[in-house]
Amino acid sequence: MTVLTTLLRPGRTRTLAAFGLAAVLLLLAPLVLSPFRLDLLAKFLCLAMVAVGIGLAWGRGGLLTLGQGVYFGLGAYLMAMHLKLADAGPGGVPDFMLLYGTGQVPGWWEPLRSPVSAILLILVVPAALAALLGWAVFTRRVRGAYFAILSQALAAAFAILLIGQQQTTGGTNGLNGFRAFFGYDLADPVNKQMLYLIAAAVLLLMVAIVRQLTVSRFGELLVAVRDQEDRVRFLGYDPAAVKVVAYVVAAVMAAVGGALFVPIAGIVSPADVGVVPSIGFLIGVAIGGRATLLGPVLGSIAVSWAQTSISEQFPSGWIYFQGALFILVIAFLPGGLASVAGKLRRRAPEGSPA
Amino acid sequence: MRLRSTSRYGATRLSTVSLAALCVVALSACGARVDAGSDTSASAESCVDTSGDTVKIGFLNSLSGTMAISEQTVHDSLELAAQEINADGGVLGKELEIVSEDGQSEPTVFAEKAGKLITSDCVAAVFGGWTSASRKAMLPVFEAQDSLLFYPVQYEGLESSPNIFYTGATTNQQIVPALDYLVEQGTKSLFLVGSDYVFPRTANKIINAYAEAHDIEIVGEEYAPLGHTDFSTIVNKVKSADADAVFNTLNGDSNVAFFKEYKNVGMSADDMPVVSVSIAEEEVGGIGIENVEGQLTAWNYYQTVDSPANTAFVEAFKAEYGEDRPTSDPMEAAYTSLYLWKAMVEKAESFAVEDVTAAADGVTFDAPEGEVVVNGDNHHIAKTALIGKIGADGLIHTEWSSEEPIEPDPYLEGYDWADGLS
Amino acid sequence: MDIIAQLFAGLSLGSVLLLAALGLSLTFGQMGVINMAHGEFMMAGAYTAFVIQGVVGDAGVSLLLALPLGFVVGGLLGLLLEATLIHRMYRRPLDTLLVTWGVALVLQQVARDVFGAPNVDVRAPAWLSGAVEIGGLALPRTRLFILALAIVCVVALALALRATPLGRRIRAVVQNRDLAEASGISSRATDRVTFFIGSGLAGIAGVTLTLLGSVGPTLGTNYIVDAFLVVVAGGIGQIKGTVIAAMALGLMQAFFEYSTTASVAKVLVFVAIVAFLQLRPQGLVSVRTRSLA
Repeated sequence: MTVLTTLLRPGRTRTLAAFGLAAVLLLLAPLVLSPFRLDLLAKFLCLAMVAVGIGLAWGRGGLLTLGQGVYFGLGAYLMAMHLKLADAGPGGVPDFMLLYGTGQVPGWWEPLRSPVSAILLILVVPAALAALLGWAVFTRRVRGAYFAILSQALAAAFAILLIGQQQTTGGTNGLNGFRAFFGYDLADPVNKQMLYLIAAAVLLLMVAIVRQLTVSRFGELLVAVRDQEDRVRFLGYDPAAVKVVAYVVAAVMAAVGGALFVPIAGIVSPADVGVVPSIGFLIGVAIGGRATLLGPVLGSIAVSWAQTSISEQFPSGWIYFQGALFILVIAFLPGGLASVAGKLRRRAPEGSPA
Repeated sequence: MRLRSTSRYGATRLSTVSLAALCVVALSACGARVDAGSDTSASAESCVDTSGDTVKIGFLNSLSGTMAISEQTVHDSLELAAQEINADGGVLGKELEIVSEDGQSEPTVFAEKAGKLITSDCVAAVFGGWTSASRKAMLPVFEAQDSLLFYPVQYEGLESSPNIFYTGATTNQQIVPALDYLVEQGTKSLFLVGSDYVFPRTANKIINAYAEAHDIEIVGEEYAPLGHTDFSTIVNKVKSADADAVFNTLNGDSNVAFFKEYKNVGMSADDMPVVSVSIAEEEVGGIGIENVEGQLTAWNYYQTVDSPANTAFVEAFKAEYGEDRPTSDPMEAAYTSLYLWKAMVEKAESFAVEDVTAAADGVTFDAPEGEVVVNGDNHHIAKTALIGKIGADGLIHTEWSSEEPIEPDPYLEGYDWADGLS
Repeated sequence: MDIIAQLFAGLSLGSVLLLAALGLSLTFGQMGVINMAHGEFMMAGAYTAFVIQGVVGDAGVSLLLALPLGFVVGGLLGLLLEATLIHRMYRRPLDTLLVTWGVALVLQQVARDVFGAPNVDVRAPAWLSGAVEIGGLALPRTRLFILALAIVCVVALALALRATPLGRRIRAVVQNRDLAEASGISSRATDRVTFFIGSGLAGIAGVTLTLLGSVGPTLGTNYIVDAFLVVVAGGIGQIKGTVIAAMALGLMQAFFEYSTTASVAKVLVFVAIVAFLQLRPQGLVSVRTRSLA
């Protein structure tokens, strides 16, 4: 418990220690895990990226976004489209379009042929959509439950749209069967390991970014907007702008997570982006401690791991377990496990390791 | 806040260092590039262990989520087949050891679990999958790991992977015979209703091509999102189009809402018969017999098929799972798939994937639907097409049969009218 | 003629949405609780109809019995939820969303384990089968029944809120909890009753859905997002807004679906709602309350 305490408490040396420890653990993982388990862990890291963003938007900013699957999906689909085009070769047509589509690559796919513009679009498109939507919603002071429900409907609409455009998006099948990632053979275990390390580095980078944001003036404003929006407005700040920034950062993080998820999992489908997975992202964040720095990451990885291992043993057990987690953690432990650590610490006698 | 400023820089410095370290490792660890001309296939060594008294096989069905409704039944009949085979001495004298995984109704999970079954559990073959999405998700995994999947559901064709055996019908064993039957009945116009995903879209593409060549008018084509439950608009369109028949490729719950609405606006099988390709015995109860009585279905097996093999199968299934449980086409295809694999392995006298596939051609099994033969070229099986009518007893009774097994033709290469399709 | 047929289809879909959303407009609109398990209460109502039909046999009698019993079953589930979880969370309305989502997951799996994963069939009574022909237009009796039932529910709820002592208490608590408490109204008791009625209405909605579609564990999830959109677009605190929003959504879906496809129609409806909330962020009709931030 003391390790957990150390990891989850925000603070000076602790953050350093936790960050360093996390980096070392992530680096060591390839040495001890089988290729299959390493692949799983890499996937979990991608999902954890979404959680980092949610931790910022929801934990710090109070924006309960139930539609992060949209941004995760945008990043994932843009990456998948690029990989499909790259596999097809210059001027080639992705296999599924030959089977189910017109056999022609639609114009809006073309910008994704080049790796550079694909990476740019993965960052820009979700950011632009989040900025537009956030601006429209937050300046009109749609907030709280209204925002949550709208973001959920957005996820529903996005999934329906993807499914309905089978000729160009693969429909319910989604996009899969990628051979290479920017030229690197995806069947080669060494490249899989490289992908894992990239995911780990990106995740650490995101945590560092969120850390910088939360200790900055912006971070203080964000918390202030969450707790007392009107007072922030009276002080001359624009709460909408603060919220939009947090929302956009969360969206980009989800998109990057999605983009890396695709080569690692080898597939993205509408089932990964709809209402249910979008809410699923939240539970890890809540368990770890929504307002903490590393809580969302650890919570998200723990939940993903639990899902895989519990469903291996008891198929229907996972649903009960997930439901119970939502109920127990949110109702009785709103601060997440981080708050347990905090409570234990307060009870612990003076001089115990901190 | 001011007090913390030192730690802020500390954190930045450390994160920079660890990030740099990770990047160095990442860059130094690059593997093969595809354009280096390296052989991209089968880098994986099979880890299947057949030295002991048992051999592992994997069952991968959705036991939770929306598809559990259908896939649980397939899972049950696979279990039945495994029990029977084990009671009968196993395969090549080895007892089957089942590793069961839950696909959770999500393609991504199917891909992940397929990888686990192959590389962690080292199973000799995997049986399962239902939706096209789940099969498409698993296909690259099986090809990359060079392992075997037996897929037991009728599907949209246009596929033949060396690593998959398809024991359900392809389009020329289900949809095309259904159309032949309709033409025989004098159908001149059709209305197409389907769920919005790959199977209905592809099926309707084929139906359109067929219709053009056979002088049938397609008077409407409507798609409902999966899980759609309000069919008043679509049924309005169907009703006012007044076709000779409706071709229904709706999936799951949507069928219930569609048929209730269909009956509610006063239409029945006498006015405009509906031919369904996704309604089997176990769905009839959920839709309500009174809502679908007299409507038509196209499959390759019904519980009412009259053969000794089927009598034994139905009896065994009911004894195991209860009198009220019907048997259906996908269940039969799953049951058959395990026996076909057994026959292939015994012919090859080996569990190795290459030996099994090499031995596959011409392997036969006296299945509940009748004798089936494996086509070694496209990995499908020859099946007899049956058009059935849903009876008041909730079972489906054969109205018309193709008399003999139809050779599988997943790309419809043997049909002139299907030229432009794939 | 097609336009009239679609008009009816839209109103009919609107009445289904209305039944699903009416209870929500109480629990969400009046109390600020975002109950994602509302859909599962509908499912419970539908299974109630199934069980009663199994016991009674006759489809007509069982439907008439199922309506009040569905109300009670839904209401009791709601009461249980309120008493165990929700009451400790009134200060955290957003968190109720996630907790009730967990409850929804559990209830779905319970239904799957108790009734089995396959759908079950609830027969419609003979007097509801077929259609009423008016000038060449076939209006299905089930849909007329649901339309009528929706009207009855709305009127009954409106009367209860407006003309009974209970309704006065509910409105008082909604408008100013502290003042109501100070005037001797027990806000705890009022909350419970409100939640009972709201959840009970979900039960009724579930019973009527058995006339239209499948009865299975996921019955509620198909409606929950739409139902919340109705409440959001209608504005909180007044039934009038919910009624208009439900009908508008139903009509939009029907007409968009007629001219495009069902998938595109759903997306268009969503876009329309976002655009509408740009114009009126508080929804169609709003009452200033202290219940929501």
